[in-house]
Amino acid sequence: MPIEFEAPKPIAQTQFVLKTIAEEMMRSHSRYFDEHEREIPWDYIEFMHNAMKATGVGSLAPKEKGNGHEGDEKKEKLPAIAYQALAAQIEMLAWGDVGMYLVTPGGGLGAAAVQAAGTPEQKAKFLRRFSDEKPTLAAMCMTEAGAGSDNSAIRTRAILDENTDEWVLNGEKIFVTSGDKSLTEYEKLGRGFIVVWASIDPAAGRRGMRAFVVEAGTPGVKVTKLEHKMGIRVSDTAAISLMDVRVPYDHILGSVTVEKTTIGFKGAMATFDATRPLVAASGLGVGRAALEFLKEKLTENGIEIRYGLPRQKLTNIEREVIDMEIMLKSAWLMVIKAVWMADNKKPNALESSMSKVKAGDVCTKITQKVVEILGPLGYSREFLAEKWFRDAKITDIYEGTGQINRLVVARQILGYSGKELR
Amino acid sequence: MYSFEPTEEQQMLVEAVGKYAGNDLRPAAREAEEGGELPKKLISKGWEIGYLQASIPEAYGGFGERSAVTGVLALEEMAFGDLAGTLAVMTPSLFATPILLAGSEEQKQTYLTKVIAGEWSPYTAALIEYVFDFDSNALKTTATPSGEEYVLNGEKAFVPFAKEAEAILVYANLSGQTQGFIVEKGAAGLTISDEREKLMSLNALPLYRARLDNVRVSALSRLGGASGHDFEPILASMRLANAATATGVANAAFEYARDYAKEREAFGVKIAQKQAIAFMLAEMRTEIEASRLLAWEAAWKLDTGKDDAFTEAYLASVGAADMAMMVTDRAVQILGGHGYIREHPVEMWMRNGRGFATFTGLVIV
Repeated sequence: MPIEFEAPKPIAQTQFVLKTIAEEMMRSHSRYFDEHEREIPWDYIEFMHNAMKATGVGSLAPKEKGNGHEGDEKKEKLPAIAYQALAAQIEMLAWGDVGMYLVTPGGGLGAAAVQAAGTPEQKAKFLRRFSDEKPTLAAMCMTEAGAGSDNSAIRTRAILDENTDEWVLNGEKIFVTSGDKSLTEYEKLGRGFIVVWASIDPAAGRRGMRAFVVEAGTPGVKVTKLEHKMGIRVSDTAAISLMDVRVPYDHILGSVTVEKTTIGFKGAMATFDATRPLVAASGLGVGRAALEFLKEKLTENGIEIRYGLPRQKLTNIEREVIDMEIMLKSAWLMVIKAVWMADNKKPNALESSMSKVKAGDVCTKITQKVVEILGPLGYSREFLAEKWFRDAKITDIYEGTGQINRLVVARQILGYSGKELR
Repeated sequence: MYSFEPTEEQQMLVEAVGKYAGNDLRPAAREAEEGGELPKKLISKGWEIGYLQASIPEAYGGFGERSAVTGVLALEEMAFGDLAGTLAVMTPSLFATPILLAGSEEQKQTYLTKVIAGEWSPYTAALIEYVFDFDSNALKTTATPSGEEYVLNGEKAFVPFAKEAEAILVYANLSGQTQGFIVEKGAAGLTISDEREKLMSLNALPLYRARLDNVRVSALSRLGGASGHDFEPILASMRLANAATATGVANAAFEYARDYAKEREAFGVKIAQKQAIAFMLAEMRTEIEASRLLAWEAAWKLDTGKDDAFTEAYLASVGAADMAMMVTDRAVQILGGHGYIREHPVEMWMRNGRGFATFTGLVIV
């Protein structure tokens, strides 16, 4: 395939539908859910669940025939544009409302971790539920009070009880996106799960890190707090405590032996390589929403962007808009390249982190600039610009801060290990 | 479908260009800059790679088809070696490519074969003017119809190889439109400055002023013939070339600074092991990638005739100019005092870097 930038047909076709959803089901309710932080957008959740079930679009649930047997491995493989399609869908949904996008049923980062690090049996066992009757959510529990970007500092422990062949988990997790909807029983939701990162051997540091699936309703796991946030308020952010939580042996994702490898930690990192460009895509959706809104307002006020003029002839606002378009377009291309590489099974740690660095910068800068240029209209809660400003900021923080991603990029381009470049 | 893989042919071309850039252009760059001269042999060797020849169809003596995507790939790679050398090698394209894109059949027949036959020969173009507020869509040089002829008046600046040029494609303002006119060597009223332009960089490239005092050219010399041509696709191709060369220079500076930072020690470690330096490098690499992809997409849009191709070429050029300034500045910063010394190339690249805001018109894909 020569260099080409035409969105694959299936993606282009779904974008049209997604745009309608983004406008009708999301954007028009953005303000309401921003101001009613604890309410759950049931209409959106149910609509999306039914739509995903009907079309298979956006769902990580295995296809009907795949039952985890070895021969099904081939059928189970994602089509070659799966990540590209996800990035495009996420960008559009985030353009509608990024907080609401995070509440989309289908497993989110929890399911992504199973998808990236789980065995075929585990994928079949844990992912099938997402195409069941009720919408279901799952969450990823990595962060702790004392372990953010430095996730090797995780204190949550998993000990194997050899008598019962069960893992016993103990620890406290914070900042779990959709933790509440994944664990708490709601009549309208199916049974979810969380993926908990814990150490099976603290002396082994990163090498001892493993991911465990904890089903909702397992005794000892509890949501202890829901955060109040600057933005993405419709998405719940939970603190979760695990007290002597027992899970079956095969709920450990991937390999159990510690050996002298960092396979557990690498599992987490593999998940991040896959999901970082997707998070980048969500931020760029917000950035696009803000930039489009600004351009509409400029047009309404008779201000036209005169593309093609030399820089010194442009007004300040024209320069700002042009700079924002350059940022947004190029950041999007970086996302597309990163997911295209993922789809084509090319190692993309560098491209993935670069896309996140860039998107984090771009969507915060654009939303900040849009509020500034719009002045009172931007700052007022009458329009959504101020909300996009609050929503966008999280892009540069979650799924690896801009700084930790710079570190990843730097190590890649310098060929340094974590020890050589701390 | 999305794809980021150059074709095999493109890869082969890029590889050949890369060898030339690394083995020939780069080693010669400093001496050429200081001495103000590029060896003719060096230019010939670049010409022999056959970039322009491969973008012209067989009917006009070439052996291929022009592609903007191929152009940005090749130009980034060549500029990674040296900018002045790249602009010299590519100068005949400034004359030939607009004729290929917009010329009349007669112009194509007359000139294309001539330009690409045999050795590199000095055919050039004149777009830039030495004025405050320069705008390639509002030129001060004028073309006035006079019977079967046009009369050209004005002064063009930064014209590569003007002194020896066989013909110059002069852009002038014809009732508000930028139009190209082919002016042959020795045309009455055409005066090329004796002194070369003195710029902040590109000392190796012979650039001249060209004065036009009532230069009369036949109506057939108007690019595209009697009905003229659309300037937008030509300008977009120049902008893409500008973006590609900016990316190449920036990448040269990035790689040099990266390698230096991995060698240089301070406080008992390599300076690249300090986050202050490592983060600068990470951002440089990220912004280079951003500009590169935007240029690729704009080029693809130009090749496939997308509606927003011209706008995107503009965005790619503006973005790459800013990026190149940022990256080359940081490269000097990472080398510290050594970066400021002319023994290392980064100071030259930084002087190149500021130029991309001005260079549109000096190179074309």
